[in-house]
Amino acid sequence: MTDTALNTPNQPYLRIDRLSKRFGTFAALKEVSLEVPQGEFVCFLGPSGCGKTTLLRAIAGLDMQSSGRIFQAGRDISNLPASERDFGIVFQSYALFPNLTVQANVGYGLVSRGLAKSEIAVRVAELLKLVDLADSGPKYPAQLSGGQQQRVALARALALSPGLLLLDEPLSALDARVRAYLRTEIRRLHQRLGVTTIMVTHDQEEALTMADRIVVMNEGVIEQVGTPLDVYRQPASAFVADFVGTTNFLNARVSGPGRVRFGDIELACELDPDAAPGSPVTLAVRPEDAVVRNTVAGSANTFGARVCGIEFLGSFCRVGLSINGAAPALVADCSINAVRDLAIAEGVELLVSLPPERLRVFAPAKPRP
Amino acid sequence: MTQSGVVQATGAPPGRRGLDRDDLLMRLGVCLLAGWLLLTLALPLWWLLSKSFHNHNGEFVGLANYAQYFSTPALFASVWNSLFIAVLTTAIVLPLAFVYAYALQRSCMRGKGLFRALALIPILAPSLLPAISMIYLFGNQGLLKEWMFGVSVYGPFGIVVSQVFYCFPHALMILIAALAMADARLYEAADALGASKLRVFLTVTLPGAKYGVISAGFVVFTLVITDFGIAKVIGGRFNVLATDIFKQVIGQQNFEMGAVVGFVLLFPAVLAFAADRIIQRRQVALLSARAVPLVPKPVPRRDTVLLLFCTLVGGMVFVLLAMAVWASLVTRWPYNLTLTLHNYAFGEFDTDGWTAYGNSLKLAGWTAVIGTLVVFVGAYLLEKTRAFAAVRALAQFMAMLPMAVPGLVLGLAYIFFFNARENPFGFIYGTMAILVVNSLTHFYTVSHLTATTALKQLDHEFEAVSASLKVSLLRTLARVTVPICLPAVLDISIYLFVNAMTTVSAVIFLYSTDTKLASITIVNMDEAGFTAAAAAMAVAIVATSASVKLAHVLLTRRLARGAQAWRQR
Repeated sequence: MTDTALNTPNQPYLRIDRLSKRFGTFAALKEVSLEVPQGEFVCFLGPSGCGKTTLLRAIAGLDMQSSGRIFQAGRDISNLPASERDFGIVFQSYALFPNLTVQANVGYGLVSRGLAKSEIAVRVAELLKLVDLADSGPKYPAQLSGGQQQRVALARALALSPGLLLLDEPLSALDARVRAYLRTEIRRLHQRLGVTTIMVTHDQEEALTMADRIVVMNEGVIEQVGTPLDVYRQPASAFVADFVGTTNFLNARVSGPGRVRFGDIELACELDPDAAPGSPVTLAVRPEDAVVRNTVAGSANTFGARVCGIEFLGSFCRVGLSINGAAPALVADCSINAVRDLAIAEGVELLVSLPPERLRVFAPAKPRP
Repeated sequence: MTQSGVVQATGAPPGRRGLDRDDLLMRLGVCLLAGWLLLTLALPLWWLLSKSFHNHNGEFVGLANYAQYFSTPALFASVWNSLFIAVLTTAIVLPLAFVYAYALQRSCMRGKGLFRALALIPILAPSLLPAISMIYLFGNQGLLKEWMFGVSVYGPFGIVVSQVFYCFPHALMILIAALAMADARLYEAADALGASKLRVFLTVTLPGAKYGVISAGFVVFTLVITDFGIAKVIGGRFNVLATDIFKQVIGQQNFEMGAVVGFVLLFPAVLAFAADRIIQRRQVALLSARAVPLVPKPVPRRDTVLLLFCTLVGGMVFVLLAMAVWASLVTRWPYNLTLTLHNYAFGEFDTDGWTAYGNSLKLAGWTAVIGTLVVFVGAYLLEKTRAFAAVRALAQFMAMLPMAVPGLVLGLAYIFFFNARENPFGFIYGTMAILVVNSLTHFYTVSHLTATTALKQLDHEFEAVSASLKVSLLRTLARVTVPICLPAVLDISIYLFVNAMTTVSAVIFLYSTDTKLASITIVNMDEAGFTAAAAAMAVAIVATSASVKLAHVLLTRRLARGAQAWRQR
């Protein structure tokens, strides 16, 4: 489908250049720039109202940007209407035509192409097989389950072999089990077809499991672009650290080069060498990075804390820890083994260590409530 | 690359930003729709308004006509007469219709289907029918004349009773809808708290139906204020606004004063309409998605009382209908009661005879076909076009306006507008076309609301999906949107057909010798003293509307089973 001649290796398949979108006085997108290489699976992740759907709809040409440019396969598509762009789209609502059979839905775009009936039938059968619904052709959408309807929508979006597949919260309306199944299913389809895919989601788990790269958005700007591991391990901002996964935020002050003071505790961390002593910072540490086993009193970044609450979460426990008797200052994830071995229970004193390389330092920001 | 991007950014054509053929087509359509509504509604009304400020010679006289109107007691009295009739009718219809609707929706009495159908039949009849029946029952030679104790049926009494009959089904429909849904949990909670039956009714049932009652009140009030047929047939010397317009324009050829009365008539109608809209807007959905629908349980004593009530009210409706049928079949009332079909030989009573009936069929058919097309496509355009917000808002406003414009006023406005020498569309004056356009405009609002409601229930992304699949909007409209909305489309066409068949008020100013309508021959024959033939024509209209309505019900049922199989799970 795509014009490979224009798509040289060092040129991204999709390039978004300083895209802005305003609704009246509200800025939904603020000069967003992004590059997506051919064949990549990208997730736009963020809370509702962050601009991720606006960005997707601008790429599709469904809602025009206020300024900025979009290039697809080297072609400037900024001013093209949706009908002249090259994409397939799946909506959260599926938007299947209820009065048409599954076959007719999948073949909807093919009929307008002027293909022969037999060709359409072959292509439709192929697509339905691809989404594992080979026998459902003559049924109506209402006769299918939600997950099946979503797969029909997917087959329909792929019918014209688009260069770009857009998924707008495709799994949000489904229950947990079906969602997990479709996650792998969509991923499998992507690997098989290699079509450049952009999925909008507010579900971090979905983004982490499915995406090659995650674009974390907040209030109309991109906070971070990176692989799931990057985004999780090295969040670029307090917002990302908070939105993706669970994070402890500790308010501290710079006490020296590479050192901060959190309450009475002195912690070593990777600190900007220019940070002025006394200036406030926010430390972020994942609950699973708080070590409670084999900790030695007096070693670096180690301090005593009292267990003030245990939340049983199946394969592990989330343990609330208070320092100096105050309300829980941080939570730590402990394996069931650790809980047993250390006899962790409410009131027990523990030695907790926060490894310096696991501590992220941000400018003091008010984390999400 | 960045450089070329910048160059392209400045050099991009700003005019065609993201527009394809469909977008342009939609925008053109919205403009055409706004233009059509301007031409068929706003401009004629404007013409009428300006006419009321001019004298017979076309000179501007300011408010002189109005001053004359309000200083002529004979004319001004009609305002009070109209208000009196309208308020009294509303006060009678509302409780009757509420209890009737309550019986249909919240009781377990027998024969609900029958009572419902019986009470809704009058909607298929011209307003002239009950007036004629009343004359046969209580008129000078009426069947039950003694019951009147000397009070004349010609006047307020006859008008109010006929109006009650005519407005009852309109109020009933709204109240049936208002009482259709209720949350059983509210009733269970009230029961659990030990509330008395009366208290439950006052605190749960009535508030739930409050907006329906208010809306029904405004509808009845407006219907009565603007109706012309009843007062014309049975009003005697009791003048109301609607008959005044007719007298000024047709009787005295005083068009300017007619325009003044038209605007006086428009005033209460617009006021009622505006009040209704404001109240509707304040209505919040009392029924959440998680509500448990209330299923009425049998309460023998209540059900018996309600059955008696419905029998009484339904019986009166039946009597008025049956009286018209009987009267149309009697040789010479009240002297020779042998049955005959002679009264249906309309040619002997009116020069146009059955031709007028044919004209009515033509008008109703054309209005249904063209009207459904214009209304549905119009609603689609207003719903789906993305740009041109100002034009859409204007068109939307004009689509709601006809509800507030009495038929007589619209008809009068058409006389002025399409007779104006400078109007290039003047050639349709006196043709069937102007009757079709007028009827379509007169009944636009309800049809528009029906179409809009149906369209709003569709997935909003159908058009986006079509665009991504490179399928034109027209194709998706034909393949998906219209088929899904087919029940609503049928509803609209039937509504337009029945109303065009029965209407008198708007068209009475606009028919010509070639396009005389059945409903107008009723007025003419009644005036000429051929009351039996008038009754026969009224019966012919009811029979036609009822057959079409029946066909519609059957067709809708078949659609629900057959072609619309996809609706079932």
